Amino acid sequence: MEQELTKKEIRFKGIPASPGIVIGPVYHFRKHEPLIFVRAIADDEVEKEIERLSTARARSQKELQKVFEFAEQKLGEEQCKIFEAQKMILEDNVLFDAVFSRIRTEKKNAEHLMKDEIEKYSRLMAASTDEYARERVNDVQDVCNRVLRNLEEQKLISKIDGSNVIVSHNLAAADALIFSRNDVLGYVTELGGATSHMALLARALKIPAVVGVHQIDAMVQAEDIIIVDGFNGIVVLNPSKETLKHFEKKRLEYERFEETLAPLRDQPAETLDGHRVQLAANVELEQELEFIKMQGADGIGLYRTESLLLGKEVFPSEQEQYEQYRRIAESLYPKQAVIRTFDIGGDKFMAQSVRENNPFLGWRGIRIMLDKPQIFLDQLRAILRASSLKNLLVMFPMISSIKEVKLAKQLVDQAKDDLRAQKIPFDEHLRLGAMIEVPAAAIIADHLAREVSFLSIGTNDLIQYLLAVDRGNDIVSDLFQEFHPAVIRFLRRIIERGSQGHVWVGMCGQMASDPLATILLVGLGLDEFSVAPAVLPEIKKIIRSIHFTEAKHVAESVLEMKSEDEIKGFLKRLMKNKFPDIPIG
Amino acid sequence: MVQQEVIILNRAGMHTRPAAAIVKLAAKFKSEFYIEKENMEINGKSIIGVMTLAAEQGAKLLLKFDGPDETESCRAMVELFQSGFGEPVE
Repeated sequence: MEQELTKKEIRFKGIPASPGIVIGPVYHFRKHEPLIFVRAIADDEVEKEIERLSTARARSQKELQKVFEFAEQKLGEEQCKIFEAQKMILEDNVLFDAVFSRIRTEKKNAEHLMKDEIEKYSRLMAASTDEYARERVNDVQDVCNRVLRNLEEQKLISKIDGSNVIVSHNLAAADALIFSRNDVLGYVTELGGATSHMALLARALKIPAVVGVHQIDAMVQAEDIIIVDGFNGIVVLNPSKETLKHFEKKRLEYERFEETLAPLRDQPAETLDGHRVQLAANVELEQELEFIKMQGADGIGLYRTESLLLGKEVFPSEQEQYEQYRRIAESLYPKQAVIRTFDIGGDKFMAQSVRENNPFLGWRGIRIMLDKPQIFLDQLRAILRASSLKNLLVMFPMISSIKEVKLAKQLVDQAKDDLRAQKIPFDEHLRLGAMIEVPAAAIIADHLAREVSFLSIGTNDLIQYLLAVDRGNDIVSDLFQEFHPAVIRFLRRIIERGSQGHVWVGMCGQMASDPLATILLVGLGLDEFSVAPAVLPEIKKIIRSIHFTEAKHVAESVLEMKSEDEIKGFLKRLMKNKFPDIPIG
Repeated sequence: MVQQEVIILNRAGMHTRPAAAIVKLAAKFKSEFYIEKENMEINGKSIIGVMTLAAEQGAKLLLKFDGPDETESCRAMVELFQSGFGEPVE
């Protein structure tokens, strides 16, 4: 009883990885990391030891086969390939025969020799200068741990009783998948970003998740009660009665709100006085297409092609890409989809083989693609081939100069020539756009507008570069302010320059998905919002309930304000008055 | 014993898929099969061994075969390397 009283509420802020609010008991998952001792064995124990290892190997194979089949069924054939290498290692007779023969000659326990033999290889891989080989160390160690656990005859934890929120330092794709067979309410992990394997998996499985939650692993205890807010990245451990009530209300409100939003689906995103904006969705996986249609999206404003690279060691072929882009084009027709070319580097996917002191100021986005024209051309040809319905658009990330846009356009022309030579039809007027996420691009938005058909503002990077704040750095992350007056002025400037150049200006960064920013952005004259599918109906409801003239007044007032606090306070009051049921912040 | 030098032709170099193809092909023959690269020799019938081989496009490897069907084994393996493992080579 007393212990109950001493448990204090602890609040964490992480990265929202999969939407939804859940409240439930914690299941604290710790990955089994066996401690291995060296033990000499007697001559007559040798055969028993070999038998033990064979049994552990067979058991591990059975486990992995299950993971593999389950992945295939839940995620499809392509994505389960991430487990292929591990399966083959268990089938490696050279490896296991070496361990068997060492048991015979060295007369030591199987655990020690198995680990020692595997480490020979993982050391070689870790020492390699090749990124591919270094990354395989994880696979090899995962397999090794699986066998060691089975040697200890420890069961794989895959069944948990009741409905739980899984909390862990890190959750491998295989673990997350296995747990999803149970009644998992949510996932919370210390490691990982919004684009990690684990986050993508949670979204595909429609289970709320927050990742990048620092320190939670050390603070959490089994059966603690936990709140996971996958919309805002908030996690609360041992919530007080008031907090519990607040989130329970929020959860119910959200559910109820979702129901009231359904009738909005087929209504346009138009203000009361007839100002129409495009309200599109950000999409990562093909599986989300049905969901965004249900949510009533005006197409896709950002299709992140990086999901094609998931679990891959090589870039997908032109054909494979074409098939996916084609399915998107057909599924959405006549609505349109903006395909963003591979945005890798920074913190996203395919860690490069070069080490950079400052990856966010380094080789990423369009910079990589222009340096790797073969990969870029494969992607451009794939998009062009899929464009014959004329509802695809292409967007280039990380543009910082006119020269980059011109080079990218030359490659588009080259891709078109290739297809013409092969007599393959495509959209001759395929519309191209530039992402505005580097301040330099924002400043030359008027010049860029002459080169492309649209601009799309990526707020996450733009704010980080503009305010010189690394949003992943805890020490300064509170300086990352969406509503900093400089940000608002900058946005106005981009939108003005764009419309003077007669191109439409959209926004696909996180700010577009923030209901607190909606009225302001409409007032600034933003033409297109591309938002997280989960919040789309809320944003539509706000747009449909205001007058454009009023939104313009709001924007003018905000542009006069001198601090983020002032701006947020003003917008919060406005929202509270107009939309008391919309959950904000 | 027969040996033959080969060059990695595919754009992506050695990664899991080619490694798996090599091991699977080697398993069809009785002969021992080793791959040598820069004074390191690994057993070509072991996936974990082949996975440690970091070999980019253009890298040179020495394939060594020893056993009753070494000639056939060598021919088949060289063919696999020359096909760029069926992947893009430019």
